[in-house]
Amino acid sequence: MSTTIAGVFFVLSLVLFVALAYRWFGDYIFRVVSGTRHSAVERVLYRLVGVNPAGEQTWPVYARSVFAFSLLSLLFLYGFLRLQSKLPLSLGFPGMSPHQGWNTAASFVTNTNWQSYAGESTLGHLVQMSGLAVQNFVSAAVGIAVSVAFVRGFARSRTQALGNFWVDLTRITLRVLLPVSVVAAIVLIAGGVVQNLSGGTDVTTLTGGTQHIPGGPVASQEVIKELGTNGGGFYNANSAHPFENPTPWTNWIEIFLILLIPFAMPRVFGRMVGDKRQGHAILAVMVILAVTSVILVNTFELLHNGTVPTAVHAATEGKEVRFGVSDSATFAAATTLTSTGAVNSFLDSYTALGGMVPMVNMMLGEVAPGGVGSGLYGILMLAVITVFVAGLMVGRTPEYLGKKISAREIKFASIYFLITPVTVLIGMAATMSTKYRETMLNVGPHGFSEVLYAFTSAANNNGSAFAGITVNDQWWDTATGLCMVIGRFLPMVFVLALAGSLARQRPVPASAGTLPTHRPLFIGMVVGVVIILVALTFLPALALGPLAEGL
Amino acid sequence: MRLPSWISQHLAALRAVLVFTVILGLAYPFLMTGIAQLPGLRDNANGSVIQTADGRDVGSSLIGQSFTDADGNAVLTYFQSRPSAAGDGYDPTSTAASNLGPESVEDTLPVPGAVDDEGNPDEGSQSLLTQVCARSLEVGEREGVSGARPYCTPDGVGAVLRVFYSSGLTGSVTRAVSVNQAAPATPFIATYEGVTVESAKPGDDYSGGVLVPIRGDAPASPAVPADAVTASGSGLDPHISADYAALQVTRVARERGADPAAVRELVDANTTGRALGFMGEPAVNVLQLNLALDRDLPAR
Repeated sequence: MSTTIAGVFFVLSLVLFVALAYRWFGDYIFRVVSGTRHSAVERVLYRLVGVNPAGEQTWPVYARSVFAFSLLSLLFLYGFLRLQSKLPLSLGFPGMSPHQGWNTAASFVTNTNWQSYAGESTLGHLVQMSGLAVQNFVSAAVGIAVSVAFVRGFARSRTQALGNFWVDLTRITLRVLLPVSVVAAIVLIAGGVVQNLSGGTDVTTLTGGTQHIPGGPVASQEVIKELGTNGGGFYNANSAHPFENPTPWTNWIEIFLILLIPFAMPRVFGRMVGDKRQGHAILAVMVILAVTSVILVNTFELLHNGTVPTAVHAATEGKEVRFGVSDSATFAAATTLTSTGAVNSFLDSYTALGGMVPMVNMMLGEVAPGGVGSGLYGILMLAVITVFVAGLMVGRTPEYLGKKISAREIKFASIYFLITPVTVLIGMAATMSTKYRETMLNVGPHGFSEVLYAFTSAANNNGSAFAGITVNDQWWDTATGLCMVIGRFLPMVFVLALAGSLARQRPVPASAGTLPTHRPLFIGMVVGVVIILVALTFLPALALGPLAEGL
Repeated sequence: MRLPSWISQHLAALRAVLVFTVILGLAYPFLMTGIAQLPGLRDNANGSVIQTADGRDVGSSLIGQSFTDADGNAVLTYFQSRPSAAGDGYDPTSTAASNLGPESVEDTLPVPGAVDDEGNPDEGSQSLLTQVCARSLEVGEREGVSGARPYCTPDGVGAVLRVFYSSGLTGSVTRAVSVNQAAPATPFIATYEGVTVESAKPGDDYSGGVLVPIRGDAPASPAVPADAVTASGSGLDPHISADYAALQVTRVARERGADPAAVRELVDANTTGRALGFMGEPAVNVLQLNLALDRDLPAR
């Protein structure tokens, strides 16, 4: 079997299983977030936290709960990272510097998992499992909670109530993320992923050298890294490391875990608004964009254009033999289409156009399918913009799912969309116009791509890197940390505000002039709007970087 | 007395962070570590450590190693791993990829006699292209095949010119420098569009010229396989491709005084195909193969 055909089967098998998950896992998440019964464990937990699970929240209260929880998480994690040398299982590593501690705490609390540190030489086991991995869980749960609150805005009418953040957070964590993690961690250990608390052992190699075989609670963290679309590797080499991703089939499992929740969320949406076809339409938009992107990365990498790949006769630099070029490219597409940012091969060494596609994936705003939760509210915001554009074309007041999209709603949606590009381009401009551009590893357009990728990744909360730049300094840590926090929490304000505004409305009955939002016409329009918005925003920057290099 | 709501909200948040840290940060990983120590999972969970025939721990079947002597020269009785960008090679305490791009083609040549801030001699820096060319030459010599590749000079650096034109980017060629070949090396081509090519003087600035890689006439599919000249993503790749293993069979058999067919059999025994027939690529585990060689075909 040739590499290309094997690669096609690999993608098809993922599509099949993700389709099954859309149906069954989507229904399961729907039942979790819409149920009214609390388990005994949950009731104890609510009492410990001191919240009333029956109390529904208005959008400002929901938002303040999200921010209070995230702020405390940030402070707690920052303290943890700074003080790690005083704690057990630190493996003798010192505390992080203030700027790196800020960057890392911001990175994990915002579900970005950008890493300006190298895990194996910076962090002990306790900080990894009780600091970072906890945020892997809860930052994912926060994303899903906000998306669920947003959908309630569509599903409910004449109410202020959007649900209870603490209940959503707890249920998603305990009933969705934790059980899947336990099962998948055992599967990964069976594949060879390590799970121990040892500091590692030194061995004498076959030819008499010494090698340090590392240890760590890796499997338990690896699973939630993928499932929560986090992406922060236990080791510096992330999912390329044989102890994180030892075999071709663990590679398949990891990609599946990455795609599982983001692709199931449209089903949750469809069920919540009481019309499954609406969920299918949103899913179709995601699938069209995602499959196109997977095909493009694979094509560019297998064609291996460029001077060095031509000299090598394959784009194998930065890729592992066991995965091969095709499965590495598929992983790269999956990780940037969602907001995961884990890598099993190093994008800086991709062909110019093969490396551009992951960047464009992120610039789409992480909506195909995007991060857990954030992908759903992202694409729904774009759907709102689409019905508005469509309404302008035919001269009718736009409506979506029986809710009027008037000036107030469209303002929220537009500002939501603008936040990320503004953050990316300002960060980019500030770096390129100052001495900090000297931190680039490569020169010319490729260096430009490195910086553009870094800010795109941070502001979109992806966390993957073109690497190459030395990011562990005060400028990069501070700037990307700020981008991550702005890119995560400012959009959430507008998401929740829009939800509040929609929930208050009374539903408008569908009429002959209503644009059906489950038909191919609408699906095509959303795809078009996503691509046009990205092209208008980022084409000039892409032209200076990857396009200049690859064409 | 009731606390103001903004305070009680943050207190709830603090308690939530602590509760989740206990559940997700302690109970969950400890549970998984406990399960991982069950028979059947224990060896995997502890790093898949493997032993030599006499029972000495020699490494992990999942982590690649360098099979070189103390001076860094390849030990010819063993199959060789891929190049590695992790530390000094296969160092699990600093896993890394090279992160050099597809158009990394121009070296910074070391300036003889120059020293850096710490008094170390200037080592310059090699472009990815030169690294590929140099590895190809070295592997080709070791295995007795041609190390020639497109865009590579016969002396194993990137075949790249800086071409200067009479008016910036256009006009007639006024000067051409082979930037990766330090004088007094003979440039890999004598002339470029009628202008004599000169070799580079380390330290000189040629940035005014246009970078032109020269394809040359090497076959598109070189004798030395791709994975033999490129570093992996982790720097710990335990595998080589079936092609690279096949290329090394003759030399290993000769150095060991063994029958090449017997060596080939061991290669096959340590090759894993695609998982389920379509996942990943066939791969040869180098450490396990070399251990099998020592066990079954000890060097005479």
